[in-house]
Amino acid sequence: MSDSSTADEAVSEDPKVSKIHEAVIRIAGNSQDGIQSIGGFLARLAGRSEQEVMTFMTIPSTISGGPSIFQVRLSSGEVLSSGDEADVLMAFYQHSYDNHTDFVKEGGIILYDTAHVEPNPEMEKRFRHIGCPIAELTVEAIGGTAKDKGKNIFALGLIARMFDLDGKRLEGLIAERFLGKPENVTETALSAFHAGNAYPLTTLAEIYEFEEPKARDTEQVVCTGNEALGYGILASGVRFGAGYPITPWSDIMELLRRELPKYDGIFVQCEDEIAAVSMAIGASWGGRVAITGSSGPGIALKGEAIGWAVMAEIPLLVIDVQRGGPSTGMPTNVEQSDLNIACFGGHGDSPRVVIAPSSVEDCFYTAIEAVNIARKYSTPVIILTDQAIATRIEAFGMPNLKETCQDISPDLTPREDHKPYDLSDPDGITQHAAPGTFIKSGKYPVVTGLEHNEMGHPSGSPKMHLDMTAKRHNKLKALGRELPKPEVFGPEEGNVLLVGWGSTQGSLREATERARKAGDSISALTIRHINPLPEGLEDIFSGFNHVFVVENNDGGLYGYGQLCGLLRARYCDTKIQGINKTDGLTWRVKDVLSRVQAKLEDNN
Amino acid sequence: MSATAEIERSPLTKKELAADKPTWCPGCGDFSVLALYFKLLQNRGLHHEKFATVAGIGCSSRFPYFVQAHGAHYIHGRALPFATGIALSRQDLDVFVFGGDGDAFSIGGNHFNHCARKNVNLTYCVMDNNVYGLTKKQTSPTSPIGFKSKTDMWGAVDKPINPMQQAISAGATFVARTTHTNPKHLLSMMEAAMDHKGFAFIECLSECTEFYDGAFDSSNPRKGGEFRELPEDHDPTDENAAYAISEELVPGYFGVYYQISRPSKQDVEAEVNAKFLKKTKGLKDWEILQQNFDKMK
Ligand SMILES: Cc1ncc(C[n+]2csc(CCOP(=O)(O)OP(=O)(O)O)c2C)c(N)n1
Ligand code: SF4
Ligand SMILES: [Mg+2]
Repeated sequence: MSDSSTADEAVSEDPKVSKIHEAVIRIAGNSQDGIQSIGGFLARLAGRSEQEVMTFMTIPSTISGGPSIFQVRLSSGEVLSSGDEADVLMAFYQHSYDNHTDFVKEGGIILYDTAHVEPNPEMEKRFRHIGCPIAELTVEAIGGTAKDKGKNIFALGLIARMFDLDGKRLEGLIAERFLGKPENVTETALSAFHAGNAYPLTTLAEIYEFEEPKARDTEQVVCTGNEALGYGILASGVRFGAGYPITPWSDIMELLRRELPKYDGIFVQCEDEIAAVSMAIGASWGGRVAITGSSGPGIALKGEAIGWAVMAEIPLLVIDVQRGGPSTGMPTNVEQSDLNIACFGGHGDSPRVVIAPSSVEDCFYTAIEAVNIARKYSTPVIILTDQAIATRIEAFGMPNLKETCQDISPDLTPREDHKPYDLSDPDGITQHAAPGTFIKSGKYPVVTGLEHNEMGHPSGSPKMHLDMTAKRHNKLKALGRELPKPEVFGPEEGNVLLVGWGSTQGSLREATERARKAGDSISALTIRHINPLPEGLEDIFSGFNHVFVVENNDGGLYGYGQLCGLLRARYCDTKIQGINKTDGLTWRVKDVLSRVQAKLEDNN
Repeated sequence: MSATAEIERSPLTKKELAADKPTWCPGCGDFSVLALYFKLLQNRGLHHEKFATVAGIGCSSRFPYFVQAHGAHYIHGRALPFATGIALSRQDLDVFVFGGDGDAFSIGGNHFNHCARKNVNLTYCVMDNNVYGLTKKQTSPTSPIGFKSKTDMWGAVDKPINPMQQAISAGATFVARTTHTNPKHLLSMMEAAMDHKGFAFIECLSECTEFYDGAFDSSNPRKGGEFRELPEDHDPTDENAAYAISEELVPGYFGVYYQISRPSKQDVEAEVNAKFLKKTKGLKDWEILQQNFDKMK
């Protein structure tokens, strides 16, 4: 909690009020306590109050639940990551207390449920402890015997009091949340909230009040990465999808199944991932790009079909929400270990486009960008996100939907003649005439996975295989030339460049800022376009003594991760080195910095 | 297609329908299926841009190259989900799927079940030669016990799949059997399948002269066999009767074993959509999406 001004001179009985710039609140309990929804409410409140917000959560992979946390970082300024240390820990159980005190800032606050937590005297010296009979008071407030129900909303009330949050807005959010449920459900929730909010925090010496955030010219929306991606797909004009459930991809297919009918679209739940990708490709052939998606295991199953789409040059959108692997791995943890399968997981020479959005907001716009690339270059495009970006909540400016939403209905304009695999364009870019297109010459195209001639008919000619293989990579080279050169975060020259992709962007940028404040020369670079890579990266790298690629994956046999391997192969530069970890958690800023330090010492 | 609708077009000629010269071995049963597909298209006056021909991988699956129309030669075993994609997203098209017994019942077995159960409106013709043709004589899921192949040199040992029973129990709404040696019957089955609303499945015995010569002689009068149509009193809406009479594999009976009417996948999805479309009527796409974004403020 960064205090920016001294305490108000308050009346003696009342706790003093301190102005703060930001706060990190970690709520630890069990997943069935609904702690995610406390975090969700706080995040949405922040969005409405023009604050910045980022959340982080862990969820057990079993349905019966288990220990789980939800962390919210609220700030009146910019938020890059979900925060290394908590200002406040709210511990529902002994295990929550025992496992998370380490995460609290020295001198920070631990709010705990007296019914379940026995504080540790050692810890009492280091942190301010505030006990509250959360479970008991909740039951008292809402009556009934439903053990533990409503505790989350009570806790929300408590937090709202502590941070002097806008109670009216929170009540509004609670009412919205239970809209459509029986009236007494909302009433019960509000009673729990009021009870928490009225709890006399006598042991709490102060109340915190956020500084007025800078006014924004656009309204903010608050959602998860999966939601942003799902809505981006709708905005892109995609109207057909097919999938098979798997965490953490399922949210997206559920959203599309729920929303597509409003646009007269269809989402089909298939018998498996192979059927799903095949159905999407079949639909795409119909003239409007379709979508499928999965997580690692399902992406592996889709591999043969994606290879066909590369060969047949069918536009397609594939989402891979990465999780810990291989195999079932760590289904509810973050990992960035599908970069290789996304870029290189095909049989044969099968170049495809891979893009990794780096924030929740970016998920929305990447969906649209990916669809447009797929259409223009007649290629599958894989969007690589991960569990962290999929489940975290961020606030961002309301998109201008009137301008971003696009119509990509099939173009069935009759044609004189058509060659589906015309070799005359030096960049190899062609588009199909969808079934339903009348072709005057009477010569109709076949789309195929066999090596083929320009009409799509089988060809075993060595020259044809040479030419068509070149066509398939040339068009992606052309795309590479069109991609914007990524911008360096920080000075364009210096000692260390931290390179990252996807969900690590925030941690790397915050690490950069922190290091620069301490006088170190560090900059950061996010690579969104993984395949093809944009041009000009070598110029950026040449401005730095060290290029460290920080990834949430294994350094493997040779000490560097998957993006790092690609960059080393591409630029043959040994100063490109890897910093990796596979604990299934997002990068903490301080861990990034200590690993950079260690790497620099190693290199010297 | 306003430009083309102005002129009253006559049905396509065989020449206009033929593309590559088929690469099948002389005498291969697949030739008849292709010839009768052309007849079907001509009889129904379907023009090039009104239908799509889809196949997986196998000798039989090379079909789309031989048809002068929009076609897709997809991957082994997955023609049905691919065809489902085009059939659902482009309901203006008639979708025909062709393939072999390995494609349909082995690698694609589960897709067959689910396409049948979902009752996707398309026509699926499996050219069953009881063998893997393209890969040169391995056992197929319909090879009879005792059939000597390169993977069962002493004779196949596993119980073969019964395509009629498989289709019926999976929930197909049109299940028919025919053979390449009876063109008239083959055409009538194709016509009935095309007229059916929903998943229409035809098993067409189609001899592989190269690797399973004489497999279906017992149903071919010219080879001393008997072409047996289903008994006149067979009731195709009676699931149990259809299942029972399909017990015999070779030579078996020919005709429509089973046909019922059930809403197709297209129908049920349209019904779902109709409910939502009532609410979004008159709204532009971005206005519908704006409602979601307003809830996230
Ligand atoms: C994934 C995959 N596995 C195996 C093959 C090899 N393969 C091609 S066709 C075929 C079997 C063909 O038999 P069938 O489907 O009965 O068709 P037929 O040739 O008899 O008409 C096989 C195993 C392949 N193309 N793809
Ligand atoms: S191998 Fe058999 S199935 Fe294939 S073309 Fe020749 S005869 Fe027909
Ligand atoms: Mg076969």
